[in-house]
Amino acid sequence: MSDWRRAELRARTPESTTARTLHLTVDGWPGHLPGQHVDVRLTADDGYRAVRSYSLSAPADGDRIEISVQPAPFGEVSPYLAEDFPVGAGIEVKGPLGGWFVWKPERPGPVLLVAGGSGIAPLAAMLRARLDLGDAGPPFHLAYSLRDPGQRWFGALLDGIAEAEDPAVTAACLYTRTAPPGHPRPVGRITAADLDLPGFRPADGALAFVCGPTAFVEKAANLLVHLGHRPDRVRTERFG
Amino acid sequence: MRDGNALAGPLSDLFLPDPTTAWRLCPGCGTDAALAALHVYDQGPAAVARCPRCSEIAFRVARHPGQLWFDFGRGGALRFPAS
Ligand SMILES: Cc1cc2nc3c(=O)[nH]c(=O)nc-3n(C[C@H](O)[C@H](O)[C@H](O)COP(=O)(O)OP(=O)(O)OC[C@H]3O[C@@H](n4cnc5c(N)ncnc54)[C@H](O)[C@@H]3O)c2cc1C
Ligand SMILES: [Zn+2]
Repeated sequence: MSDWRRAELRARTPESTTARTLHLTVDGWPGHLPGQHVDVRLTADDGYRAVRSYSLSAPADGDRIEISVQPAPFGEVSPYLAEDFPVGAGIEVKGPLGGWFVWKPERPGPVLLVAGGSGIAPLAAMLRARLDLGDAGPPFHLAYSLRDPGQRWFGALLDGIAEAEDPAVTAACLYTRTAPPGHPRPVGRITAADLDLPGFRPADGALAFVCGPTAFVEKAANLLVHLGHRPDRVRTERFG
Repeated sequence: MRDGNALAGPLSDLFLPDPTTAWRLCPGCGTDAALAALHVYDQGPAAVARCPRCSEIAFRVARHPGQLWFDFGRGGALRFPAS
């Protein structure tokens, strides 16, 4: 039985013009695995409560956690968290939650991360945990579908991966509407070619994590299964 | 629509080990799927978990004042006292 814990907002940093990462400290946080999430509970003055799930976007670091929030148009909770929730104020969190959509750093074998929009959040925690392993870690590739360069979350993390030019950890942005000048891939939705990569095929024993809006997850998971990946090796998380 | 990952929080009140890693063999179509891989419809007052292949209802979870219902349809419902 996991209980609600008090969390305090320490800082809010931008991921795009609208999305924000919330840096929180949580009393008695027990640590977590990359891919897990928390449930966040807000209580209004009249006692009304709302609960929403948010992925942990960074690996465990003592009592500090990070969540990254895309404000949904007319959403009840996400615009408040991204825009109005004051630094220094408290909320309640329950977690860490979920044992299925999780990458355990001791697992050998290549990992294919497939993100659509805000679905990058739990995958960023996996990527960061992989980078912490250095040369000892397994091959990782991120395929990140996003609308345009302004929607690119975790810019410093992705720039660092590009600059390191380590063939064991790579990331590709799949722009669906507008790409930066000189970008090698034509603009468009994700295709099988974006996921059919040497070193990350079914025969390589690859484990895939697919996360994002439901329609994106369905499409990408189907592409992977058609490429021959075993359905239980394609782990999915639908944000709704 | 979401998936069974969204039930990790609500069900953590009922189960000690993480229930979303448990497997369910669908009596309707024989698909074996982790609870996290079930399709979850939670726009209404209850969260409805369905088989990802044949859409048969696996169970429902509903929060009522003072009670958490874990409903297996024709298999009946477990009612937990809740805050
Ligand atoms: C396991 C899990 C992990 C999650 N992790 C994250 C995360 O890391 N970051 C994150 O930002 N979210 C995440 N989500 C989604 C999050 O839990 C909320 O559903 C989301 O923030 C919206 O909540 P809300 O209260 O703002 O909107 P609600 O008030 O619940 O409703 C959404 C409102 O916005 C509208 N709406 C919803 N989606 C869209 C859309 N795509 N386009 C247009 N309108 C829309 C609806 O019509 C409705 O009016 C996760 C969900 C799950 C299940
Ligand atoms: Zn079935």
